[in-house]
Amino acid sequence: MAQVTPKSDYQGRIHNLQKDMIGRYYANLTAASEGKGKKAIYMLISGNPVELIEAFDMLPVYPEVNALQLAVKKQSLPLILAAEEMGYSTDNCAYVKADVGMYFAGRKTPFATIPEPDLILCNYVGCNVYLQWFEHLGEYSKAPVYNLDVPFFRTPGPEPLAEDINYVVKQLEELIEVLERMSGKSLDYKKLQRIMQLSGETGELWSEIKKLTRERPAPYDAYFDSVMMMAPLYCLRGTEDGLRFFQEAYKEMKQRADNHEGPLPEEKFRVVMEGPPPWPFLRQFRDMFSRWGAVAIASTYSTVGGIWEFGFRHDPQRPLESMARHMLQWNCTNRNFLQRYKQLKDYVDDWGADALVIHSVKSCRLFSAGQGDMREYFTKQLNVPTLLIESDLEDPRYFSEAQLRNRVDAFFESLEHQRTLVKK
Amino acid sequence: MIYGGGVDVGSTQTKAIILSEDRKIVARCLINTGANVSMAAERAFREAATAAGITPESVAYVVGTGYGRYKVNFGNAQITEISCHARGANLLFPKTRTVIDMGGQDAKGIRIGEDGDVKDFVMNDKCAAGTGRFLSNSAETVGLSLDQIGPISLGAKKPVRLSTVCAVFVESDIMSYLAEGKTVPDILGGVHSAIAARTVALVRRVGIDPEITFTGGVSRNIGMVKALEQKLGLPVNVCDDSHYIGAIGAAIFALERAMGGASAGSGKPGQVPAAAPKSSLPIAGAQ
Repeated sequence: MAQVTPKSDYQGRIHNLQKDMIGRYYANLTAASEGKGKKAIYMLISGNPVELIEAFDMLPVYPEVNALQLAVKKQSLPLILAAEEMGYSTDNCAYVKADVGMYFAGRKTPFATIPEPDLILCNYVGCNVYLQWFEHLGEYSKAPVYNLDVPFFRTPGPEPLAEDINYVVKQLEELIEVLERMSGKSLDYKKLQRIMQLSGETGELWSEIKKLTRERPAPYDAYFDSVMMMAPLYCLRGTEDGLRFFQEAYKEMKQRADNHEGPLPEEKFRVVMEGPPPWPFLRQFRDMFSRWGAVAIASTYSTVGGIWEFGFRHDPQRPLESMARHMLQWNCTNRNFLQRYKQLKDYVDDWGADALVIHSVKSCRLFSAGQGDMREYFTKQLNVPTLLIESDLEDPRYFSEAQLRNRVDAFFESLEHQRTLVKK
Repeated sequence: MIYGGGVDVGSTQTKAIILSEDRKIVARCLINTGANVSMAAERAFREAATAAGITPESVAYVVGTGYGRYKVNFGNAQITEISCHARGANLLFPKTRTVIDMGGQDAKGIRIGEDGDVKDFVMNDKCAAGTGRFLSNSAETVGLSLDQIGPISLGAKKPVRLSTVCAVFVESDIMSYLAEGKTVPDILGGVHSAIAARTVALVRRVGIDPEITFTGGVSRNIGMVKALEQKLGLPVNVCDDSHYIGAIGAAIFALERAMGGASAGSGKPGQVPAAAPKSSLPIAGAQ
């Protein structure tokens, strides 16, 4: 029987604004690749110190964002295969392989020509594979590599060790010297403070947007629609454009919340999502949940670049310290499993979720290892229905639609049945 | 008399069941799925109706389940085999709290409640390790049929220890044991024991409470029944209809809907459960 899939994603004014702004960002990358633009700094998403890059009028380039865009545009597999031909293992992170494949294919993508790096800044946060990724890029491009050594958030919390904060701040000071040498200019501290102010205000708006999904219905899907807002958060944070985007986004989402509009005709299940999405099959994956009226009201993936909804803000009065805290403490990937449990539990409790869905990805063992225990903890200790499914964030070969759909359908069938029992 | 139909379209075989309103199995049919999934589903259902001595049109409601459930074009609803196995096991063995299902490509554990509702479930990942495919490949390697290997495995004196549970690499493992001169019963004992160990480890993730009911095509294999019981340290329920439990569960859902009762899952995501229009096979509505 044909299933009618309701229109599930949110395509409002900010969607177009995002397209325009990110389109301009990609045009800047292409310009830089032609030697007509700013200096290109390769960086990683998690806890990115983009404010420092902006302060030197340089251009942040995120290989992860490029890789995921390639996957969304269904371009990733030939590039992954090219990297495997070079010798990268099938078990390597597919972001790495797609990026390396793209690098050797002339850095041309359907959305931009990616510039050669002027500096490879490995703001190593949470993922040790990224160290090798950026070292490889350093070897291939001959660009200088600067590694930030960011320790894991290794205390039970709530505060990281003061020594760890100082350790990162000292490295940021070194990085400033590197950027000063590259640009031939000293750091304009007032400018950095203005940028921090913009980031602080952006973070405030993003945090408020994220809290809007506590409403019933949630005005947008905090997994599938959040990803639309993540690109401006990383590529444009610390700029006037970035702030404007989030002002508009807040306005629009607040209006939807006030009008009780959600992304689906009916919000039947509220779920928390853990793990990155399968980018090559985003539409199919979303439909698996939309069919059941399931809306994500919170997601950890939207916090891999930073966690703002629990109070963190960039502080113009303490720029380096707040950047260090962003890297150490306020992003999902640098946290241990107990802290990740706590974050998920807070979403379940404070945002009002019916269930947790864990999408485990083959590419990222560091992030995915332990998700079996996470499932146990939520189902057995907290009695939160939890679904664990697996595919990949970049490699289309790991996505088995029939198997995933079977698990998703069975999960929601049982949730629906529990509801009919309660109603009786 | 009201009849409910259940059609379980599995990766290897398609099973159809017709239940009467007093929940008695009035007919069953088992055929190979083959390449034309829709046709297999329809054929199995028609043959079951014929065996029941009724017309297909007199079956009030049909539920499709299994991987091919969306190809049961004439059905009224689709429900996953996870919900159906739970409900089917509950009918045959009402004290079931854990279902272990082993099919052609899937192994799963389902924890169920008193009324056959799914409390939690876990499945093998995207790999045929620990499934029926592993057994059929092993059978082929030793030159036996799938039906033969279970009884022969019971004759193992010193079961070998396989280095893999991979359905593909098991062949080379078996070849090397044959070359070493190990006996076929010992090799097959090892094969069954390896799968049982993997399956029990999988099912432990949802928790194993007695009674345990073993379902799916592999439940017909006596060697696997014994190997599972040994690993679990508990008896498992099996019967002649264990293979049909998914289709039986689907038929229970169908019957409940035909009779206007409660059901697990609408089977029609995003829509209110109701007697849906049928296509392909013109079947009369509930009588």
